[in-house]
Amino acid sequence: MSTLTRRDFVRVTALAGGGLLLGVYGCDGMGGGEALPVGTLEPNAFLRLDPDGTITVISKHLEMGQGTYTGLATLVAEEMDADWNRVRVVAAPADVERYANLLFGIQGTGGSSAIANSFEQYRRAGATARHMLVSAAQSRWGVRGGGLVTEASEVVEPTRGRRLGYGELAGLAATMPVPEEVPLKEPSAFRLIGRESVAPRVDARDKAMGRATFTQDVKRPGMLTALVAHPPRFGASVAGFDDTAARAVPGVVDVVQIPTGVAVVAEHFWAAKTGRDALAVRWDESQAVNRSSADISQELRRLAGHQGREVRRDGDAEAALAGAARTVELTFEVPYLAHACMEPMNCVVEVNGNGAVVTSGAQIQTLDQAAVAAVLDLEPAQVRIETLYAGGSFGRRAAKTSDYMVEAAHIARALEGRAPVKLVWTREDDTRSGFFRPAFVHRVRGGLDGDGRLVAWWHRAVGSSSAAGSALAAPEGDPSGVEGIEDMSYAVPNVYVDQHSPEPGVPVQWWRSVGHSHTAFAVEVFVDEMARAAGRDPVDFRRELLADDPRRLAVLELAAERAGWGSPLPAGRARGVAVHRSFGTYVAQVAEVSEEGGEPRVHRVVCAVDCGIPVNPDIIRMQMESGIVYGLSAALFGRITVDRGRVVEDNLNRYRIVRMSEAPEVEVHIVPSAEAPTGVGEPGTPPIAPAVANALAVLRGRPVTTLPLV
Amino acid sequence: MPTLSVNGRTHEVEADPSMPLLWVLRDLLELTGTKYGCGIAVCGACTVHLDGQPARSCVVPLSAAEGREITTIEGIPAGGALEEAWVRAQAPQCGYCQTGQIMAAAALLASDPSPTDEAIDRAMDGNLCRCGTYQRIRAAIHLAARDMAGGAP
Repeated sequence: MSTLTRRDFVRVTALAGGGLLLGVYGCDGMGGGEALPVGTLEPNAFLRLDPDGTITVISKHLEMGQGTYTGLATLVAEEMDADWNRVRVVAAPADVERYANLLFGIQGTGGSSAIANSFEQYRRAGATARHMLVSAAQSRWGVRGGGLVTEASEVVEPTRGRRLGYGELAGLAATMPVPEEVPLKEPSAFRLIGRESVAPRVDARDKAMGRATFTQDVKRPGMLTALVAHPPRFGASVAGFDDTAARAVPGVVDVVQIPTGVAVVAEHFWAAKTGRDALAVRWDESQAVNRSSADISQELRRLAGHQGREVRRDGDAEAALAGAARTVELTFEVPYLAHACMEPMNCVVEVNGNGAVVTSGAQIQTLDQAAVAAVLDLEPAQVRIETLYAGGSFGRRAAKTSDYMVEAAHIARALEGRAPVKLVWTREDDTRSGFFRPAFVHRVRGGLDGDGRLVAWWHRAVGSSSAAGSALAAPEGDPSGVEGIEDMSYAVPNVYVDQHSPEPGVPVQWWRSVGHSHTAFAVEVFVDEMARAAGRDPVDFRRELLADDPRRLAVLELAAERAGWGSPLPAGRARGVAVHRSFGTYVAQVAEVSEEGGEPRVHRVVCAVDCGIPVNPDIIRMQMESGIVYGLSAALFGRITVDRGRVVEDNLNRYRIVRMSEAPEVEVHIVPSAEAPTGVGEPGTPPIAPAVANALAVLRGRPVTTLPLV
Repeated sequence: MPTLSVNGRTHEVEADPSMPLLWVLRDLLELTGTKYGCGIAVCGACTVHLDGQPARSCVVPLSAAEGREITTIEGIPAGGALEEAWVRAQAPQCGYCQTGQIMAAAALLASDPSPTDEAIDRAMDGNLCRCGTYQRIRAAIHLAARDMAGGAP
């Protein structure tokens, strides 16, 4: 056993058993005088305190830009009274026993749930450590009971002016009993949670300077890089291939067939890319998808005319429509969308004697572990996952079939463990291989009574289930296809909602805010149209309908007030509003829009958000800014076009996203709250499309019902 | 054998002369701060400087990079004005595009030490960010400009 000193006075003591105890004694003149054992404090699975005072928070959630590393560290540091500058964060291994998302039951990041499910767990972890450090200081100083306080990674005895750093106390604290129950702070005692500028992002510096490691940057000894030639159409497969020319490319090591295509394996990316370009593959297109976007659109619109699976019925919407003084019907349509993360999909798989190591920035470790294990004939526990930063995800790396990780595992298997292999998708692979936000059609009918009150809302949502074909699919129907409609809180006495979930053969998956990404568009544009039909101001009209939903009402009022709703604008500019709740978080946005050269231009967005107790205010602002720009790219330009089972768009010149000069000035206002915290990664996205569309409707004099706008 | 001068150091590189500089930097020289995003010079994630001018390294063949002074993110001084501005503005989210953004910003500030918003938009419009950090990047560039000019932050 070794022990720590603050001065270097070393004594060697012979022990009865013949061993040596190296005793290093401190002479700090502050009392005690006994040895402080050197050691690391690991009170639970979520943090470690090293003798140098470094606090390592172990994040069970993927950091993909949303700020979860900083958020989880804030929770630990708050209860621990840690010095923020000594806090760092690492990714947890795949281990569902210790690191399950408490809302999912498996290890995974998504649904804007990281802070919501970790709020108590990570605070408790920090409070436990603090308790043990205080116990250690009591033991060291020979004091009992209260009187000790903690601040900035020190235990302090104010009456005598004594203080000990957490690092010094770590070893002794590790010998203290782990408390079963620890009290958590009252919010009034928070020093980090909800405070400005005290807990900046833990990852900003390394990311700015290129020191952060993404999967794309991983290099293992002897590692090979693989690119895969995928079928040009969904449902096609390899009929045969000639790899003579590919193998002749310097640096190409092997060419192997895998279930999803033909992999060219090389010493580095460029050799693999050149080899893949030289590869001649014959495709069997007999089972290929024949549909095009226009066919799918037609099918969705056809289904919108037929009774679907009922998901909500209040009163009698048909009767209320029949008796209404005025009715409105609109059909909305949105296309398939790509996630288009800046870092295209990739994954490193290394097979060794005991199992495999997967290095990836992926959202759902428990599913990925099982899927890779199945390919490699291993038990899930034999697959270790090293989670790295993801260069964006937006739901793409919550791979419902673990598709690209499984593909990498197949290549590793085909190479019989000869070398670690890094699968890299090119941008074109990434855009075309799919898992898109599904295309949707919404047919909505509404009725006003003679006094202009909304008395009927009839809504049919038609589109593929994002979860279909995965372990996460609902046993029946597609809850995500109607989220945001089914739980709409506008006080309408007669509501009917049903859905169809066709599967036309285009692979789909959750995309930032999932169903809310299109349901908010349909609902909020329709509310505006009903307001117009009633001759009412859109904010006033909503205000009345939201009288029983104070949180939704509060964000609406705040956004409208800060945006100067109703105040004059320059000629050619209009405002549009939308309010939506997703993942438990309430967001209202007011967009100021004009049209220039046939393209809408969004000048300013004022956003109000209520996400319960705000943990990191600046990260909340960042996520609203981010969600708005992401949603705006989709609203203005986002469209994946399918041509007989083949995706037309390939790179970012054809899949346009908002640039700096096109990005609006975003202003975020956070509603103070004592409610349990909810997420912010997704809820900023749903309101922007309808807010912009509603402003355009003012300029054009007719509702906007299809996206994209350009 | 081709030689490259990167961040003031000379490297001998054995590679196909058509191999893009991006992959030479990343896979052969292990300078991974320069990122791959599109491969066709539309996203800016691979931005480096060639003789001080911003360039998309994904479309610059090795043969065209020979004899030029190449600067990558690894050549930007640690703890300098750009790093501090990026941290103060809390610009990065996923972070993948940010090194390209900083390289574009560094080139802008070298030619225009006090850029307007419009000049920033013009210089930065080819650098895409999927997390939508544009307004913080713009703020960071103004902060760095002030810092470099020796003004109060």
